[in-house]
Amino acid sequence: MSIPLYQMQTTQSGIILSINAGQELTRRMAALGLRPGRQIKIIRKAPWSGPLQVRIGHTEIIIRRGEAEKIEVEPT
Amino acid sequence: MKRLALLGMPNTGKSTLFNRLTGAGARVGNWPGMTVDMLSAKVLLAGGMVELVDLPGIYNLHGFSDDEQVVRHFLSSQPVNGLVVILDATQLDRQLNLFLQLRALQCPMTLILNMADEARQLGIHINQEKLSAELGCDISLVSAKYGHGFEAIRKALEHLLRTAPQAMLAHTEALHSDEAIEAELDRIVSDTINTPVVLPPNLTRRLDRILLHPVFGLPLFFLSMFALFQLVYGLGTPLQNGLSALLGYFNSDVLTPVLRHAPTPLTSFITDGLFNGIGTVLSFLPIIVLFFVFMAIVEDSGYLARAAFLMDALMARLGLDGRSFVMQLMGLGCNVPALMGTRVMRSRALRLLTMMVIPFSLCSARLQVFLFFTSAIFKPFAAASMLFFLYLTSFAMAFLTALVWRGKFRNHEPLLLELPPYRFPTTRQLLVQGWQQSGHFLRGASGFIVAGVVLIWFLTHVPFNVAPASPATLAGHLAAWMHPVFAPLGINRLLSLTLLFGFVAKEIVIGALAVIYSAGEKNLAGILAHQIDWVQATSFMLFTLIYTPCLSTIAVLKQESKSISFTLLAVLWPLGLAWLVSFVFYQTARSLGW
Repeated sequence: MSIPLYQMQTTQSGIILSINAGQELTRRMAALGLRPGRQIKIIRKAPWSGPLQVRIGHTEIIIRRGEAEKIEVEPT
Repeated sequence: MKRLALLGMPNTGKSTLFNRLTGAGARVGNWPGMTVDMLSAKVLLAGGMVELVDLPGIYNLHGFSDDEQVVRHFLSSQPVNGLVVILDATQLDRQLNLFLQLRALQCPMTLILNMADEARQLGIHINQEKLSAELGCDISLVSAKYGHGFEAIRKALEHLLRTAPQAMLAHTEALHSDEAIEAELDRIVSDTINTPVVLPPNLTRRLDRILLHPVFGLPLFFLSMFALFQLVYGLGTPLQNGLSALLGYFNSDVLTPVLRHAPTPLTSFITDGLFNGIGTVLSFLPIIVLFFVFMAIVEDSGYLARAAFLMDALMARLGLDGRSFVMQLMGLGCNVPALMGTRVMRSRALRLLTMMVIPFSLCSARLQVFLFFTSAIFKPFAAASMLFFLYLTSFAMAFLTALVWRGKFRNHEPLLLELPPYRFPTTRQLLVQGWQQSGHFLRGASGFIVAGVVLIWFLTHVPFNVAPASPATLAGHLAAWMHPVFAPLGINRLLSLTLLFGFVAKEIVIGALAVIYSAGEKNLAGILAHQIDWVQATSFMLFTLIYTPCLSTIAVLKQESKSISFTLLAVLWPLGLAWLVSFVFYQTARSLGW
């Protein structure tokens, strides 16, 4: 079952299935470690529809919900 | 001369390493066709002078951000003998990507893995020999922060120079596709790097649980920023007073005796014009240096990225992002370093919009004017409320400006920000940072300040046969000419002249008032209270708050935007807004019979 990243619950983990963003954004995401096949975990969500804090490997990243919508994950 | 380029991702300690390697000799290079400042320095390596260039930090060689284009342009237009790539040893699983992209350029390379100490603490083991064989280049494990491993770096650089006697242009057209690189990356990482699967719950996570708390996160952030300002001014004000006193002695004991026999206009030009003007600005140097040092602590600690996380929801609705808010807060101390801080933004539109917003932050120089006026005109309780009202107005104007201009500076910069682990910078790092930033500020703004000071002196002293700043002087004529503009705001001729001085620096306003009213600072409060009522005073303060903060700010706006039309907009918009707000306030108050 695949859902957009921003629908995952806080502290939930998943595997990235696909990234449906433009070429430029996809590359920037890849540079920060956001690539299909990688494990991703939601650490916390900022209130008032603010950004998400996620962890991939040893890297922690802030990502806005808009961008998190473009990442499809399978919760584990 | 041989040339080496230093490349790496942001936050890898690249600049620290550059500073350590080059000492204090770095300068901002002027590269043809380049819009981003790059530092370069000459170092003695392998018996010859070598130019080391610090290229902007990039995540990806393929990207289209300003920095990424600058790097590509540099590599394809300036021949280099080799590339020195610096990566964060704790994040090789993704950072090696950049190295593999750079390898496609076919320049000789050497790899430096920084933060080796942190990697060891995290239990990450790197098989240096195997990795070196895989990548086909030397690898040095270092800790730039603690200065460990620099001998190895020198050796690696010298080895690189010996193997690459001929400078060459990079083959930027030969970039591999990302997919091929990713497969190779995964293979190399799993072969050579051992990382523990589960990280021990370390300090960073425990701190985040408190500092990013959904309810207490923001209040804690404001509290720590408030404490920071208190510390900067608590330490800086005595230093500032000391420096002012020293400058005063210099004036009375050196300058005045030397100029005793000089013609009066010359004496006046040197003491009242140049010396007082430049001295006033110079006396703010201690606060500026301290400010840079403390901001360096906050910046390197990783806390600013967290503030961006907390405020992003609101700022996104204004066309800005979390980092813009952080810069605005920095502006409460002094707008100049805050404007320079926008360099972390990658999208130019976002950066320019943030630079439009920062000058509305009620900086310490304006605070000084408001403290004087509120205590002269209002009773203590009303004075404090007035001050609070002015801070509110400052934020309201900033948000209004963002709302009005977000269409012109529309940016689609996605907020993808790394949250680095909390770090403590070393003392040496702080001193270097404070020294470099202050030097940069002085070099950039000094020409502007001298010109402004000379102009103001000229206006208030020509012709020489009348009293300074009297109606018969050029400034007096100017005040008469400006009168139709300022009369509807309830700002009289003499006060409008001080607004002209305030254009140079708000620090001069109170002193200028004293000259114009020919009174000491002590009597000035009484005179003011007699001459203007609270409505006029408030109108004057609103105008002072909103219009251009000072010449230094304009100089930095120009220096950082590299655009004259943007600088004009960033000066004219607040000027118009200031007039409108004062006008509406004054006319409404008067029509209500106040």
